[in-house]
Amino acid sequence: MDEKRPLTVIKPRSGWFDLNLGELAHYKDLIFLFVKRNFVSMYKQTVLGPAWAVIQPLLTTVVFSLVFGNMAGLAADGVPSFIFYLTANVIWSYFSSCLTTTSNTFISNSSILGKVYFPRLVMPISTVLSKLIDFAIQFSFMVIFVVFFALTNSGVHPNWYVLMTPVLLLHLAMLSLGIGIIISAATTKYRDLRMLVSFGVQLWMYGTPVAYDMFSISAFAPGGKFYWLIMSNPVTPIVNIFRYGFLGIGEIDWHYYIISWVVTIIVLFFGVLLFSRVEKTFMDTV
Amino acid sequence: MALPMIEIDNVSKEYRLGAIGGTTLNAEIQTKLAKLRGKEDPNSKIGAKQHGKNERFMALDGVSFQVQPGEAVGIIGHNGAGKSTLLKLISRVTAPSGGEIRLRGRVASMLEVGTGFHPELTGRENVYLNGAILGMTKAEIDRKFDEIVEFAEMAQFIDTPVKRYSSGMYVKLAFSVAAHLDSEIMIMDEVLAVGDAKFQSKCLGRMGDEASNNNRTILYVSHNMSTIQRLCTRVIVLDHGRVVYDGDTAGGVARYLSVNRDEDTVSYLEDLPRDPACKMKVKMLKAWFPGKENNLFVQGGKIRFRLKWVVNADVFNLVLRIYLDHMTASPVGFSSIPFGDCKKGKEYETEIELDINGVIPGAYYIGCEFHEIDSSGSNTWHDYVQNMMQIEILENQQIKLGAADHTNKIPWNHNMWGSIRLASQITDNSIESI
Repeated sequence: MDEKRPLTVIKPRSGWFDLNLGELAHYKDLIFLFVKRNFVSMYKQTVLGPAWAVIQPLLTTVVFSLVFGNMAGLAADGVPSFIFYLTANVIWSYFSSCLTTTSNTFISNSSILGKVYFPRLVMPISTVLSKLIDFAIQFSFMVIFVVFFALTNSGVHPNWYVLMTPVLLLHLAMLSLGIGIIISAATTKYRDLRMLVSFGVQLWMYGTPVAYDMFSISAFAPGGKFYWLIMSNPVTPIVNIFRYGFLGIGEIDWHYYIISWVVTIIVLFFGVLLFSRVEKTFMDTV
Repeated sequence: MALPMIEIDNVSKEYRLGAIGGTTLNAEIQTKLAKLRGKEDPNSKIGAKQHGKNERFMALDGVSFQVQPGEAVGIIGHNGAGKSTLLKLISRVTAPSGGEIRLRGRVASMLEVGTGFHPELTGRENVYLNGAILGMTKAEIDRKFDEIVEFAEMAQFIDTPVKRYSSGMYVKLAFSVAAHLDSEIMIMDEVLAVGDAKFQSKCLGRMGDEASNNNRTILYVSHNMSTIQRLCTRVIVLDHGRVVYDGDTAGGVARYLSVNRDEDTVSYLEDLPRDPACKMKVKMLKAWFPGKENNLFVQGGKIRFRLKWVVNADVFNLVLRIYLDHMTASPVGFSSIPFGDCKKGKEYETEIELDINGVIPGAYYIGCEFHEIDSSGSNTWHDYVQNMMQIEILENQQIKLGAADHTNKIPWNHNMWGSIRLASQITDNSIESI
């Protein structure tokens, strides 16, 4: 019977490649229960419930349409500025909410993590999955508008690239998870980074064509002086493909899209390594 | 022979003293830069140099032992002896600094009751969540769900959000989730200290059965010697991070009581914050138990303590009040001693004897208050320190006060019965009719 019992060896923190991803599979039920907990607890005792998921990007979109679209004239020509901003906001808010929440993993869950062991990656993974529910709500809301504008001949032309959406989401999830866990590993020692995150995400949004149409700004358009710069932001190609698929505007540059994947995989790989290095002893410093 | 369930091999855990974390990135860069330029670290505390910057604290220092299947091992030791650190290492909350731990089986650790319980979720949802946190799969919880609810006696409230639960209900549910884990190793840190006496007794019974019938291994940390004596077949005593005793329960408890802990028996009161209502014409400076190396007292005896206090201004009709509170903050008893008039500038050292006959074994606090009664009869507080000294009253095997009956089967319930056993005896027991 001794052979049947699993053997666990607990040793001091060792090298960098001390991963145990197989263990995660055993805890898949926990991941889903955390997803459920996050979702249920978020909207319990609110009157509007999950409708709140829609209200937030809706308000941002209205503000963007008024400020950047109407006053500054930064929206794309040919499509209503409302739908132009709504599409980008829906996909961007998935990325930014994943990033901010996962970057807080250790600190906001230290009461649980300090009392019981489970693979710490369960936490950020379940965060990324629970944000998917919010995204689904916002996305269906967006689709209604896309269909409406497409049927009313407003210059919105959805095309087959909408089928890329799951791939784009996976891409964003991996990227935000990677960056988020790197930050969360660093915040166990340096709390400053927490303050920087919300600010940094704001800045990042302006470095991504969310609030403006990069193709109508000559420096950012293909062939422009700063085209390479804005395209090396790994989120830009994703937002562009998403918009291209649902609205039929802009262009897709596969070259930079592949670079974005390479960056994502490197970031995630490095993040998981750093995370697994910190997770064993973070309780001593957090 | 079966392989040991738990092997602890020369394990140590070191903590850096002083500020770990809590520093900012900026401060760290400043420190590094100062080091490079050979200047003094702008962030070091003044005078910190004498102590050396890398002062280490060994929470565990070369601990080794093995636990066989079916053993229920109690780990005892005074605060800071390393008990909780050891449990944290075994439950993998943090990693050791040296040595190795080998576990042959799944571990269910209850370092806290109801870890991850979310107040907004219902009892049912929390059972699933808590079970999964403790390492069960959904299918396993499905199979055990009814048993868990039945053990917790909670069937009626299982679909109510746990924020509406009383704390007792919360604990019952949480404990029964943990108790139904299919794990070979159970680790518990004083979790049985909560809940009513009946439930506590039920839990201890279940734990004992699990160990003896199902060959489960239990590691149990507690300050409560009576639960240790009931549950454990073997005791390990830790002191300052080392194993000082490993053997049978009775010997371990005796060893625990004799472990020196003089640093805890003196309370320095001078710098403690006081209530602003205190006029501080009289101030308490220090309190200690003379001639004792610990704060342990046997029930049925007396407590002697000395109090050093100073008079800052003339006071009249000074009275010392002594409070005895149970560790749950419920008052146990009160006493007062008149001192009369005291002159400014005098410093006193007073020895007080407090009779604790009838007080049930447990942890208590002594608090003292000096106050003055003026000619009109109104009170003025001068000094008051709540929970000045902690004491522990231990069971006296000859008296056996610490139970509801003399069979010692039901532990004393402080919530329902208070902390004092009243003396009673039958004075007449004639039979009226046949």
